[in-house]
Amino acid sequence: MIQELLRYNTLIILAGTSLLGLVSGLVGTLAVLRRRALAGDALAHATLPGLCIAFLVVGHRHLPSLLLGAACTGLFGLACVSILCRSSRIKDDAALALVLGVFFGAGIVLSRWIQNRATEGSKAGLDSFLLGKTSGMILADVELIAAVSAFVLIVIVALFKEFQVTLFDTAFARATGWPTGTMDLLLMLLIGLVVVAGLPSVGVVLITSLLVIPAAAARFWTDRFETMALISSILGMIACVSGVVISTLIEDLPTGALMTLCATGLFVVSALFSPRGVIARRYRSSRGEGNETNSAPFHIAELPEGA
Amino acid sequence: MTSTAIRPAATASPVDTPILEAHNLTVAYREKPVLWHVDFAIRGPSLVGIIGPNGAGKSTLLKAVLGLLPVGSGHAEFFGQPLRKVRNRIGYVPQRESVDWDFPIQVLDVVLMGTYGRLGWIRRPGSAERELARNCLAKMGLEGLEHRQIGQLSGGQQQRVFLARALAQRADLYFMDEPMAGVDAATEQAIFRILAELRDQGKTVVVVHHDLRSVPERFDQLLLINQRLVAHGPTNKVFTAEILRKTYGGRLAILDELAVAVKTGQPST
Repeated sequence: MIQELLRYNTLIILAGTSLLGLVSGLVGTLAVLRRRALAGDALAHATLPGLCIAFLVVGHRHLPSLLLGAACTGLFGLACVSILCRSSRIKDDAALALVLGVFFGAGIVLSRWIQNRATEGSKAGLDSFLLGKTSGMILADVELIAAVSAFVLIVIVALFKEFQVTLFDTAFARATGWPTGTMDLLLMLLIGLVVVAGLPSVGVVLITSLLVIPAAAARFWTDRFETMALISSILGMIACVSGVVISTLIEDLPTGALMTLCATGLFVVSALFSPRGVIARRYRSSRGEGNETNSAPFHIAELPEGA
Repeated sequence: MTSTAIRPAATASPVDTPILEAHNLTVAYREKPVLWHVDFAIRGPSLVGIIGPNGAGKSTLLKAVLGLLPVGSGHAEFFGQPLRKVRNRIGYVPQRESVDWDFPIQVLDVVLMGTYGRLGWIRRPGSAERELARNCLAKMGLEGLEHRQIGQLSGGQQQRVFLARALAQRADLYFMDEPMAGVDAATEQAIFRILAELRDQGKTVVVVHHDLRSVPERFDQLLLINQRLVAHGPTNKVFTAEILRKTYGGRLAILDELAVAVKTGQPST
Protein backbone atom coordinates (compact mmCIF):
# COMPACT_ATOMS: atom_id res chain seq x y z
CA MET A 1 0.00 0.00 0.00
CA ILE A 2 2.79 2.39 0.97
CA GLN A 3 4.73 1.25 -2.07
CA GLU A 4 1.76 2.05 -4.21
CA LEU A 5 1.83 5.62 -2.87
CA LEU A 6 5.57 6.01 -3.40
CA ARG A 7 5.57 5.04 -7.03
CA TYR A 8 6.97 7.68 -9.35
CA ASN A 9 3.61 8.27 -10.99
CA THR A 10 1.87 8.75 -7.70
CA LEU A 11 4.51 11.18 -6.50
CA ILE A 12 4.07 13.23 -9.67
CA ILE A 13 0.35 13.27 -9.12
CA LEU A 14 0.72 14.24 -5.47
CA ALA A 15 3.06 17.10 -6.37
CA GLY A 16 0.63 18.42 -8.97
CA THR A 17 -2.48 18.15 -6.88
CA SER A 18 -0.96 19.58 -3.72
CA LEU A 19 0.11 22.66 -5.68
CA LEU A 20 -3.36 22.85 -7.13
CA GLY A 21 -4.93 22.61 -3.67
CA LEU A 22 -2.64 25.32 -2.39
CA VAL A 23 -3.50 27.89 -5.05
CA SER A 24 -7.18 27.02 -5.13
CA GLY A 25 -7.36 27.60 -1.38
CA LEU A 26 -5.50 30.88 -1.80
CA VAL A 27 -7.52 32.23 -4.72
CA GLY A 28 -10.65 30.80 -3.12
CA THR A 29 -10.16 33.08 -0.13
CA LEU A 30 -10.23 36.13 -2.37
CA ALA A 31 -13.10 34.73 -4.43
CA VAL A 32 -15.25 34.03 -1.40
CA LEU A 33 -14.57 37.40 0.21
CA ARG A 34 -15.33 39.11 -3.07
CA ARG A 35 -18.48 36.98 -3.46
CA ARG A 36 -17.30 35.55 -6.73
CA ALA A 37 -17.96 31.89 -5.90
CA LEU A 38 -20.91 31.63 -8.29
CA ALA A 39 -19.00 33.45 -10.99
CA GLY A 40 -16.25 30.86 -10.55
CA ASP A 41 -18.81 28.10 -10.94
CA ALA A 42 -20.25 29.61 -14.10
CA LEU A 43 -16.74 30.03 -15.46
CA ALA A 44 -15.89 26.41 -14.69
CA HIS A 45 -19.00 25.06 -16.44
CA ALA A 46 -18.43 27.37 -19.38
CA THR A 47 -15.02 25.78 -20.00
CA LEU A 48 -16.50 22.52 -21.25
CA PRO A 49 -17.45 23.64 -24.79
CA GLY A 50 -13.97 25.18 -25.11
CA LEU A 51 -12.34 21.87 -24.24
CA CYS A 52 -14.43 20.14 -26.89
CA ILE A 53 -13.84 22.73 -29.58
CA ALA A 54 -10.10 22.68 -28.90
CA PHE A 55 -10.18 18.89 -29.20
CA LEU A 56 -11.95 19.14 -32.54
CA VAL A 57 -9.41 21.66 -33.80
CA VAL A 58 -6.29 19.90 -32.59
CA GLY A 59 -7.61 16.42 -33.26
CA HIS A 60 -6.09 14.68 -30.22
CA ARG A 61 -5.84 15.07 -26.46
CA HIS A 62 -3.15 17.74 -26.29
CA LEU A 63 -3.68 19.13 -22.81
CA PRO A 64 -2.31 22.68 -23.17
CA SER A 65 -4.49 23.29 -26.24
CA LEU A 66 -7.54 21.86 -24.52
CA LEU A 67 -7.00 24.09 -21.50
CA LEU A 68 -6.45 27.12 -23.69
CA GLY A 69 -9.78 26.41 -25.37
CA ALA A 70 -11.35 25.93 -21.94
CA ALA A 71 -10.02 29.28 -20.73
CA CYS A 72 -11.38 31.01 -23.83
CA THR A 73 -14.98 29.86 -23.48
CA GLY A 74 -14.82 30.18 -19.69
CA LEU A 75 -13.90 33.84 -19.86
CA PHE A 76 -16.29 34.34 -22.77
CA GLY A 77 -19.05 32.95 -20.55
CA LEU A 78 -18.25 35.52 -17.89
CA ALA A 79 -18.22 38.27 -20.48
CA CYS A 80 -21.71 37.12 -21.47
CA VAL A 81 -22.83 37.39 -17.84
CA SER A 82 -21.49 40.90 -17.65
CA ILE A 83 -23.18 41.90 -20.93
CA LEU A 84 -26.50 40.34 -19.84
CA CYS A 85 -26.43 42.23 -16.55
CA ARG A 86 -25.64 45.55 -18.17
CA SER A 87 -27.92 45.45 -21.18
CA SER A 88 -31.02 43.81 -19.75
CA ARG A 89 -33.03 43.67 -16.58
CA ILE A 90 -31.67 40.22 -15.75
CA LYS A 91 -29.95 40.21 -12.36
CA ASP A 92 -26.54 38.68 -11.88
CA ASP A 93 -27.64 35.43 -10.24
CA ALA A 94 -30.05 34.66 -13.07
CA ALA A 95 -27.45 35.66 -15.65
CA LEU A 96 -24.88 33.36 -14.03
CA ALA A 97 -27.32 30.45 -13.94
CA LEU A 98 -28.30 31.09 -17.54
CA VAL A 99 -24.73 31.17 -18.82
CA LEU A 100 -23.78 28.15 -16.73
CA GLY A 101 -26.66 26.13 -18.12
CA VAL A 102 -26.29 27.11 -21.75
CA PHE A 103 -22.52 26.65 -21.90
CA PHE A 104 -22.50 23.43 -19.91
CA GLY A 105 -25.32 22.02 -21.99
CA ALA A 106 -23.49 22.88 -25.18
CA GLY A 107 -20.35 21.30 -23.75
CA ILE A 108 -22.12 18.05 -22.85
CA VAL A 109 -23.68 17.79 -26.32
CA LEU A 110 -20.37 18.47 -28.01
CA SER A 111 -18.42 16.01 -25.90
CA ARG A 112 -20.99 13.26 -26.48
CA TRP A 113 -20.92 13.94 -30.17
CA ILE A 114 -17.12 13.71 -30.21
CA GLN A 115 -17.27 10.54 -28.15
CA ASN A 116 -19.78 8.88 -30.48
CA ARG A 117 -17.86 9.85 -33.57
CA ALA A 118 -14.46 8.84 -32.34
CA THR A 119 -12.86 5.68 -33.62
CA GLU A 120 -11.82 3.14 -31.05
CA GLY A 121 -8.17 4.23 -30.77
CA SER A 122 -8.66 7.95 -30.32
CA LYS A 123 -11.38 8.10 -27.67
CA ALA A 124 -11.12 11.61 -26.50
CA GLY A 125 -11.64 10.85 -22.84
CA LEU A 126 -13.32 14.19 -22.50
CA ASP A 127 -15.66 12.66 -19.95
CA SER A 128 -12.82 12.63 -17.48
CA PHE A 129 -12.93 16.42 -17.45
CA LEU A 130 -16.36 16.30 -15.89
CA LEU A 131 -15.42 14.73 -12.59
CA GLY A 132 -11.66 14.75 -12.75
CA LYS A 133 -9.10 12.03 -13.11
CA THR A 134 -5.54 12.17 -11.88
CA SER A 135 -4.30 8.72 -12.83
CA GLY A 136 -3.21 9.86 -16.25
CA MET A 137 -1.27 12.84 -15.00
CA ILE A 138 2.24 13.15 -16.40
CA LEU A 139 5.18 15.40 -15.61
CA ALA A 140 4.20 17.89 -18.30
CA ASP A 141 0.80 18.36 -16.62
CA VAL A 142 2.46 19.00 -13.28
CA GLU A 143 4.75 21.53 -14.91
CA LEU A 144 1.72 23.31 -16.29
CA ILE A 145 0.08 23.39 -12.87
CA ALA A 146 3.35 24.56 -11.32
CA ALA A 147 3.65 27.42 -13.79
CA VAL A 148 0.09 28.54 -13.13
CA SER A 149 0.58 28.21 -9.39
CA ALA A 150 3.78 30.21 -9.44
CA PHE A 151 2.09 33.01 -11.37
CA VAL A 152 -0.96 33.08 -9.10
CA LEU A 153 1.19 32.96 -5.98
CA ILE A 154 3.46 35.78 -7.11
CA VAL A 155 0.56 38.03 -8.09
CA ILE A 156 -1.33 37.52 -4.85
CA VAL A 157 1.69 37.86 -2.59
CA ALA A 158 2.88 40.99 -4.39
CA LEU A 159 -0.53 42.65 -4.48
CA PHE A 160 -1.82 41.37 -1.17
CA LYS A 161 -2.35 44.79 0.35
CA GLU A 162 -4.05 46.05 -2.81
CA PHE A 163 -6.40 43.06 -2.83
CA GLN A 164 -7.12 43.53 0.84
CA VAL A 165 -8.19 47.15 0.56
CA THR A 166 -10.22 46.52 -2.60
CA LEU A 167 -12.04 43.55 -1.10
CA PHE A 168 -12.78 45.16 2.24
CA ASP A 169 -13.73 48.68 1.24
CA THR A 170 -14.13 49.32 -2.46
CA ALA A 171 -15.26 52.93 -2.03
CA PHE A 172 -12.25 53.80 0.08
CA ALA A 173 -9.94 51.93 -2.26
CA ARG A 174 -11.24 53.87 -5.25
CA ALA A 175 -11.13 57.17 -3.42
CA THR A 176 -7.48 56.55 -2.55
CA GLY A 177 -6.60 55.80 -6.13
CA TRP A 178 -6.51 52.01 -6.42
CA PRO A 179 -7.94 50.76 -9.74
CA THR A 180 -10.64 48.56 -8.23
CA GLY A 181 -12.11 47.58 -11.60
CA THR A 182 -8.75 46.31 -12.79
CA MET A 183 -8.21 44.48 -9.50
CA ASP A 184 -11.57 42.76 -10.00
CA LEU A 185 -10.64 41.70 -13.51
CA LEU A 186 -7.30 40.44 -12.24
CA LEU A 187 -9.04 38.41 -9.55
CA MET A 188 -11.39 36.91 -12.15
CA LEU A 189 -8.35 36.04 -14.28
CA LEU A 190 -6.69 34.31 -11.32
CA ILE A 191 -9.89 32.37 -10.62
CA GLY A 192 -10.01 31.41 -14.29
CA LEU A 193 -6.40 30.20 -14.23
CA VAL A 194 -6.93 28.04 -11.17
CA VAL A 195 -10.18 26.62 -12.52
CA VAL A 196 -8.54 25.71 -15.82
CA ALA A 197 -5.46 24.25 -14.16
CA GLY A 198 -7.73 22.15 -11.97
CA LEU A 199 -9.98 20.85 -14.76
CA PRO A 200 -8.04 17.65 -15.54
CA SER A 201 -7.78 16.48 -11.94
CA VAL A 202 -10.88 17.92 -10.26
CA GLY A 203 -13.24 18.39 -13.17
CA VAL A 204 -15.68 20.98 -14.42
CA VAL A 205 -18.47 20.15 -12.01
CA LEU A 206 -16.62 20.31 -8.71
CA ILE A 207 -13.66 22.63 -9.19
CA THR A 208 -15.55 25.53 -7.61
CA SER A 209 -16.05 23.64 -4.39
CA LEU A 210 -12.29 23.39 -4.12
CA LEU A 211 -12.21 27.18 -4.27
CA VAL A 212 -15.03 27.73 -1.82
CA ILE A 213 -14.87 25.04 0.84
CA PRO A 214 -11.29 25.48 2.12
CA ALA A 215 -11.84 29.24 2.32
CA ALA A 216 -15.11 28.82 4.19
CA ALA A 217 -13.44 26.38 6.60
CA ALA A 218 -10.47 28.69 7.12
CA ARG A 219 -12.74 31.54 8.18
CA PHE A 220 -13.55 29.59 11.36
CA TRP A 221 -9.94 29.67 12.51
CA THR A 222 -9.01 33.32 12.18
CA ASP A 223 -10.07 36.95 12.04
CA ARG A 224 -7.26 38.01 9.75
CA PHE A 225 -7.17 38.01 5.99
CA GLU A 226 -3.52 36.88 5.75
CA THR A 227 -4.05 34.01 8.17
CA MET A 228 -7.26 33.00 6.45
CA ALA A 229 -5.49 32.87 3.08
CA LEU A 230 -2.69 30.78 4.60
CA ILE A 231 -4.99 28.34 6.40
CA SER A 232 -7.24 28.04 3.35
CA SER A 233 -4.21 27.17 1.20
CA ILE A 234 -3.11 24.50 3.65
CA LEU A 235 -6.61 23.03 3.91
CA GLY A 236 -6.91 23.02 0.11
CA MET A 237 -3.62 21.14 -0.09
CA ILE A 238 -4.68 18.59 2.52
CA ALA A 239 -8.02 18.05 0.77
CA CYS A 240 -6.40 17.48 -2.63
CA VAL A 241 -3.70 15.19 -1.35
CA SER A 242 -6.13 13.09 0.67
CA GLY A 243 -8.44 12.89 -2.32
CA VAL A 244 -5.62 11.56 -4.46
CA VAL A 245 -4.44 9.12 -1.82
CA ILE A 246 -7.92 7.66 -1.37
CA SER A 247 -8.47 7.38 -5.10
CA THR A 248 -5.10 5.67 -5.49
CA LEU A 249 -5.94 3.14 -2.82
CA ILE A 250 -9.48 2.50 -3.97
CA GLU A 251 -9.53 2.02 -7.69
CA ASP A 252 -11.51 4.17 -10.04
CA LEU A 253 -13.24 6.63 -7.77
CA PRO A 254 -13.29 10.12 -9.34
CA THR A 255 -10.62 12.24 -7.64
CA GLY A 256 -12.52 15.50 -7.96
CA ALA A 257 -15.41 14.15 -5.94
CA LEU A 258 -13.07 12.67 -3.33
CA MET A 259 -11.20 15.96 -2.98
CA THR A 260 -14.46 17.79 -2.49
CA LEU A 261 -15.57 15.32 0.15
CA CYS A 262 -12.23 15.63 1.96
CA ALA A 263 -12.54 19.41 1.87
CA THR A 264 -16.05 19.10 3.26
CA GLY A 265 -14.72 16.91 6.04
CA LEU A 266 -12.22 19.64 6.93
CA PHE A 267 -15.03 22.17 6.84
CA VAL A 268 -17.15 20.14 9.25
CA VAL A 269 -14.21 19.71 11.62
CA SER A 270 -13.55 23.47 11.47
CA ALA A 271 -17.17 24.36 11.99
CA LEU A 272 -17.38 22.11 15.04
CA PHE A 273 -14.02 22.27 16.75
CA SER A 274 -12.38 25.58 15.87
CA PRO A 275 -12.25 28.44 18.41
CA ARG A 276 -15.12 30.09 16.51
CA GLY A 277 -16.91 26.83 15.94
CA VAL A 278 -20.18 25.54 17.31
CA ILE A 279 -18.77 23.63 20.28
CA ALA A 280 -16.53 26.43 21.52
CA ARG A 281 -19.47 28.82 21.36
CA ARG A 282 -21.73 26.44 23.23
CA TYR A 283 -19.05 25.93 25.84
CA ARG A 284 -18.54 29.65 26.31
CA SER A 285 -22.22 30.44 26.54
CA SER A 286 -22.83 27.55 28.97
CA ARG A 287 -20.17 29.02 31.23
CA GLY A 288 -22.09 32.27 31.09
CA GLU A 289 -19.43 34.09 29.18
CA GLY A 290 -21.76 34.85 26.32
CA ASN A 291 -20.48 34.91 22.79
CA GLU A 292 -17.49 36.98 21.88
CA THR A 293 -19.46 39.99 20.85
CA ASN A 294 -21.10 40.31 24.21
CA SER A 295 -18.23 39.30 26.40
CA ALA A 296 -15.79 41.72 24.85
CA PRO A 297 -14.61 44.49 27.13
CA PHE A 298 -16.38 47.13 25.13
CA HIS A 299 -16.59 49.90 27.60
CA ILE A 300 -14.27 52.39 26.07
CA ALA A 301 -13.01 55.26 28.09
CA GLU A 302 -14.46 58.57 27.08
CA LEU A 303 -12.41 60.17 24.40
CA PRO A 304 -9.59 62.07 26.02
CA GLU A 305 -10.37 65.71 26.42
CA GLY A 306 -8.88 67.67 23.54
CA ALA A 307 -7.50 64.51 21.99
CA MET B 1 -3.43 79.80 7.91
CA THR B 2 -3.59 78.23 4.47
CA SER B 3 -2.50 74.85 3.28
CA THR B 4 0.46 76.44 1.58
CA ALA B 5 1.83 77.49 4.94
CA ILE B 6 1.60 73.92 6.16
CA ARG B 7 3.06 72.22 3.13
CA PRO B 8 6.15 73.73 1.60
CA ALA B 9 5.72 71.31 -1.30
CA ALA B 10 2.58 73.15 -2.36
CA THR B 11 4.02 76.64 -2.45
CA ALA B 12 3.78 76.63 -6.24
CA SER B 13 0.05 77.20 -6.03
CA PRO B 14 -0.99 80.75 -5.24
CA VAL B 15 -2.40 81.46 -1.82
CA ASP B 16 -5.93 82.11 -3.04
CA THR B 17 -6.22 78.84 -4.95
CA PRO B 18 -9.38 77.18 -3.71
CA ILE B 19 -8.85 74.00 -1.71
CA LEU B 20 -11.86 72.49 -3.39
CA GLU B 21 -13.65 73.80 -6.42
CA ALA B 22 -16.63 72.32 -8.24
CA HIS B 23 -17.38 73.61 -11.72
CA ASN B 24 -20.90 73.18 -12.94
CA LEU B 25 -21.14 69.61 -11.64
CA THR B 26 -24.10 67.57 -12.88
CA VAL B 27 -24.67 63.95 -11.88
CA ALA B 28 -27.32 61.60 -13.21
CA TYR B 29 -28.44 58.10 -12.22
CA ARG B 30 -29.91 56.26 -15.20
CA GLU B 31 -30.38 59.50 -17.12
CA LYS B 32 -32.30 61.07 -14.23
CA PRO B 33 -30.32 64.00 -12.88
CA VAL B 34 -29.79 64.00 -9.12
CA LEU B 35 -27.47 66.99 -8.94
CA TRP B 36 -27.73 70.01 -11.17
CA HIS B 37 -25.03 72.53 -12.00
CA VAL B 38 -23.34 72.60 -8.63
CA ASP B 39 -20.74 75.30 -8.55
CA PHE B 40 -18.71 76.37 -5.56
CA ALA B 41 -15.22 77.08 -4.27
CA ILE B 42 -13.93 76.50 -0.77
CA ARG B 43 -10.98 78.60 0.29
CA GLY B 44 -8.95 78.49 3.43
CA PRO B 45 -8.88 75.84 6.11
CA SER B 46 -12.37 75.25 7.31
CA LEU B 47 -14.94 72.85 8.65
CA VAL B 48 -17.58 72.55 5.97
CA GLY B 49 -20.99 70.97 6.43
CA ILE B 50 -23.04 69.60 3.54
CA ILE B 51 -26.68 69.60 4.58
CA GLY B 52 -29.99 69.01 2.91
CA PRO B 53 -33.00 66.69 3.04
CA ASN B 54 -32.88 62.95 2.33
CA GLY B 55 -32.27 62.26 -1.32
CA ALA B 56 -30.97 65.77 -1.89
CA GLY B 57 -27.73 64.40 -3.28
CA LYS B 58 -25.35 65.09 -0.38
CA SER B 59 -23.50 61.79 -0.60
CA THR B 60 -23.77 61.93 -4.36
CA LEU B 61 -21.94 65.24 -4.36
CA LEU B 62 -19.14 63.79 -2.26
CA LYS B 63 -18.83 60.70 -4.41
CA ALA B 64 -18.98 62.67 -7.64
CA VAL B 65 -16.24 64.99 -6.48
CA LEU B 66 -14.07 62.02 -5.51
CA GLY B 67 -14.61 60.29 -8.83
CA LEU B 68 -16.60 57.41 -7.31
CA LEU B 69 -19.59 58.15 -9.53
CA PRO B 70 -19.64 59.01 -13.19
CA VAL B 71 -20.14 62.73 -13.62
CA GLY B 72 -22.50 63.92 -16.34
CA SER B 73 -20.81 67.22 -16.87
CA GLY B 74 -18.55 69.64 -15.07
CA HIS B 75 -15.53 68.74 -12.95
CA ALA B 76 -13.88 69.27 -9.59
CA GLU B 77 -10.43 70.55 -8.71
CA PHE B 78 -8.41 70.18 -5.55
CA PHE B 79 -5.71 72.69 -4.66
CA GLY B 80 -6.08 73.86 -8.25
CA GLN B 81 -5.27 70.43 -9.62
CA PRO B 82 -7.16 67.41 -10.93
CA LEU B 83 -7.90 64.61 -8.49
CA ARG B 84 -5.37 62.09 -9.79
CA LYS B 85 -2.46 64.41 -9.01
CA VAL B 86 -3.43 65.05 -5.41
CA ARG B 87 -5.02 61.76 -4.25
CA ASN B 88 -2.56 61.41 -1.42
CA ARG B 89 -3.59 64.76 0.01
CA ILE B 90 -7.23 63.71 0.25
CA GLY B 91 -8.73 61.62 3.04
CA TYR B 92 -12.05 59.82 2.88
CA VAL B 93 -14.49 58.35 5.37
CA PRO B 94 -17.16 56.37 3.51
CA GLN B 95 -20.58 55.58 4.91
CA ARG B 96 -20.53 52.79 7.43
CA GLU B 97 -22.92 50.66 5.37
CA SER B 98 -20.47 50.54 2.50
CA VAL B 99 -18.37 47.67 3.91
CA ASP B 100 -18.88 44.08 5.01
CA TRP B 101 -18.25 44.08 8.76
CA ASP B 102 -17.84 40.30 8.80
CA PHE B 103 -14.69 40.67 6.74
CA PRO B 104 -11.75 38.91 8.41
CA ILE B 105 -9.77 41.95 9.34
CA GLN B 106 -8.65 43.48 12.61
CA VAL B 107 -8.93 47.07 13.71
CA LEU B 108 -5.25 47.91 13.28
CA ASP B 109 -5.22 46.48 9.75
CA VAL B 110 -8.12 48.73 8.78
CA VAL B 111 -6.34 51.81 10.10
CA LEU B 112 -3.18 50.75 8.26
CA MET B 113 -5.12 51.07 5.01
CA GLY B 114 -4.84 54.79 5.51
CA THR B 115 -1.12 54.50 4.81
CA TYR B 116 -1.51 52.45 1.62
CA GLY B 117 -1.90 55.46 -0.66
CA ARG B 118 1.48 56.88 0.25
CA LEU B 119 3.13 53.46 0.21
CA GLY B 120 2.15 52.90 -3.41
CA TRP B 121 2.13 49.55 -5.21
CA ILE B 122 3.51 46.37 -3.64
CA ARG B 123 5.29 47.98 -0.63
CA ARG B 124 3.88 46.75 2.67
CA PRO B 125 3.33 48.87 5.75
CA GLY B 126 6.29 48.65 8.15
CA SER B 127 6.90 49.62 11.74
CA ALA B 128 6.63 53.36 11.02
CA GLU B 129 3.16 52.83 9.56
CA ARG B 130 2.14 50.63 12.49
CA GLU B 131 3.29 53.31 14.91
CA LEU B 132 1.26 55.92 13.02
CA ALA B 133 -1.81 53.68 12.96
CA ARG B 134 -1.54 53.06 16.73
CA ASN B 135 -1.31 56.81 17.34
CA CYS B 136 -4.39 57.45 15.23
CA LEU B 137 -6.31 54.77 17.11
CA ALA B 138 -5.24 56.30 20.41
CA LYS B 139 -6.39 59.66 19.20
CA MET B 140 -9.83 58.21 18.55
CA GLY B 141 -9.88 56.60 21.98
CA LEU B 142 -9.61 53.05 20.67
CA GLU B 143 -6.48 51.84 22.46
CA GLY B 144 -6.54 48.18 23.29
CA LEU B 145 -8.86 47.27 20.42
CA GLU B 146 -6.10 46.88 17.82
CA HIS B 147 -6.57 43.16 17.45
CA ARG B 148 -10.33 42.98 17.55
CA GLN B 149 -12.13 41.76 14.49
CA ILE B 150 -13.78 44.84 13.08
CA GLY B 151 -17.33 43.43 13.31
CA GLN B 152 -17.06 43.02 17.08
CA LEU B 153 -17.01 46.76 17.67
CA SER B 154 -20.07 48.87 18.29
CA GLY B 155 -21.35 51.15 15.55
CA GLY B 156 -19.76 54.22 17.11
CA GLN B 157 -16.44 52.44 17.49
CA GLN B 158 -16.53 51.30 13.88
CA GLN B 159 -17.13 54.87 12.84
CA ARG B 160 -14.12 55.96 14.89
CA VAL B 161 -11.98 53.27 13.28
CA PHE B 162 -12.86 54.80 9.91
CA LEU B 163 -11.90 58.21 11.25
CA ALA B 164 -8.62 56.84 12.60
CA ARG B 165 -7.93 55.41 9.15
CA ALA B 166 -8.60 58.83 7.64
CA LEU B 167 -6.21 60.43 10.15
CA ALA B 168 -3.58 57.88 9.10
CA GLN B 169 -3.94 59.21 5.56
CA ARG B 170 -2.39 62.46 6.82
CA ALA B 171 -4.40 64.37 4.25
CA ASP B 172 -4.92 68.10 3.80
CA LEU B 173 -8.54 67.75 2.73
CA TYR B 174 -10.98 65.28 4.25
CA PHE B 175 -14.33 64.10 2.97
CA MET B 176 -16.59 62.38 5.48
CA ASP B 177 -19.89 60.78 4.54
CA GLU B 178 -22.16 60.92 7.60
CA PRO B 179 -19.45 60.16 10.15
CA MET B 180 -21.88 60.82 12.98
CA ALA B 181 -24.41 58.16 11.92
CA GLY B 182 -24.99 55.71 14.76
CA VAL B 183 -22.72 57.62 17.12
CA ASP B 184 -23.78 58.67 20.61
CA ALA B 185 -23.78 62.29 21.72
CA ALA B 186 -20.56 62.14 23.74
CA THR B 187 -18.68 60.50 20.88
CA GLU B 188 -20.08 62.98 18.41
CA GLN B 189 -18.79 65.82 20.52
CA ALA B 190 -15.36 64.20 20.77
CA ILE B 191 -15.25 63.60 17.01
CA PHE B 192 -16.17 67.20 16.29
CA ARG B 193 -13.39 68.29 18.61
CA ILE B 194 -10.90 66.30 16.54
CA LEU B 195 -12.29 67.73 13.30
CA ALA B 196 -11.94 71.25 14.69
CA GLU B 197 -8.39 70.42 15.66
CA LEU B 198 -7.66 69.31 12.09
CA ARG B 199 -9.08 72.62 10.88
CA ASP B 200 -6.83 74.48 13.32
CA GLN B 201 -3.87 72.61 11.85
CA GLY B 202 -4.74 74.15 8.49
CA LYS B 203 -6.75 71.28 7.04
CA THR B 204 -10.17 71.36 5.49
CA VAL B 205 -12.86 68.90 6.47
CA VAL B 206 -16.03 68.45 4.41
CA VAL B 207 -18.73 66.57 6.30
CA VAL B 208 -22.10 65.28 5.09
CA HIS B 209 -24.22 65.89 8.13
CA HIS B 210 -27.73 64.93 9.10
CA ASP B 211 -28.52 66.45 12.45
CA LEU B 212 -29.45 70.07 11.82
CA ARG B 213 -29.58 70.96 15.49
CA SER B 214 -25.83 70.65 15.90
CA VAL B 215 -25.05 72.60 12.74
CA PRO B 216 -24.67 76.21 13.95
CA GLU B 217 -22.01 75.59 16.55
CA ARG B 218 -20.05 73.00 14.57
CA PHE B 219 -19.41 74.23 11.06
CA ASP B 220 -17.58 77.26 9.71
CA GLN B 221 -19.34 77.14 6.39
CA LEU B 222 -22.20 75.27 4.84
CA LEU B 223 -23.23 73.89 1.49
CA LEU B 224 -27.02 73.63 1.48
CA ILE B 225 -28.15 71.21 -1.16
CA ASN B 226 -31.38 70.04 -2.63
CA GLN B 227 -30.50 68.65 -6.05
CA ARG B 228 -29.09 72.09 -6.70
CA LEU B 229 -26.80 74.17 -4.57
CA VAL B 230 -29.26 76.28 -2.63
CA ALA B 231 -26.69 78.30 -0.73
CA HIS B 232 -23.03 78.33 0.18
CA GLY B 233 -21.37 80.57 2.71
CA PRO B 234 -20.34 81.12 6.31
CA THR B 235 -22.71 79.35 8.68
CA ASN B 236 -23.94 82.54 10.34
CA LYS B 237 -24.91 83.95 6.92
CA VAL B 238 -26.61 80.96 5.34
CA PHE B 239 -28.09 79.07 8.28
CA THR B 240 -31.24 81.16 8.24
CA ALA B 241 -34.87 80.19 8.40
CA GLU B 242 -35.45 81.40 4.86
CA ILE B 243 -32.63 79.46 3.25
CA LEU B 244 -33.50 76.37 5.25
CA ARG B 245 -37.09 76.62 4.05
CA LYS B 246 -35.80 76.83 0.50
CA THR B 247 -33.61 73.79 1.07
CA TYR B 248 -36.04 71.60 2.93
CA GLY B 249 -39.26 72.69 1.24
CA GLY B 250 -42.42 72.32 3.25
CA ARG B 251 -41.26 70.04 6.01
CA LEU B 252 -42.69 72.15 8.75
CA ALA B 253 -41.91 69.94 11.69
CA ILE B 254 -38.23 70.19 11.01
CA LEU B 255 -38.50 73.88 10.36
CA ASP B 256 -40.21 74.56 13.66
CA GLU B 257 -37.43 72.80 15.44
CA LEU B 258 -34.96 74.78 13.42
CA ALA B 259 -36.58 78.07 14.15
CA VAL B 260 -35.64 77.49 17.75
CA ALA B 261 -32.13 76.46 16.86
CA VAL B 262 -31.60 79.41 14.57
CA LYS B 263 -32.96 81.90 17.04
CA THR B 264 -30.83 80.71 19.92
CA GLY B 265 -27.85 79.63 17.88
CA GLN B 266 -27.78 76.59 20.15
CA PRO B 267 -28.70 72.97 19.65
CA SER B 268 -32.26 72.55 20.85
CA THR B 269 -31.50 69.47 22.89
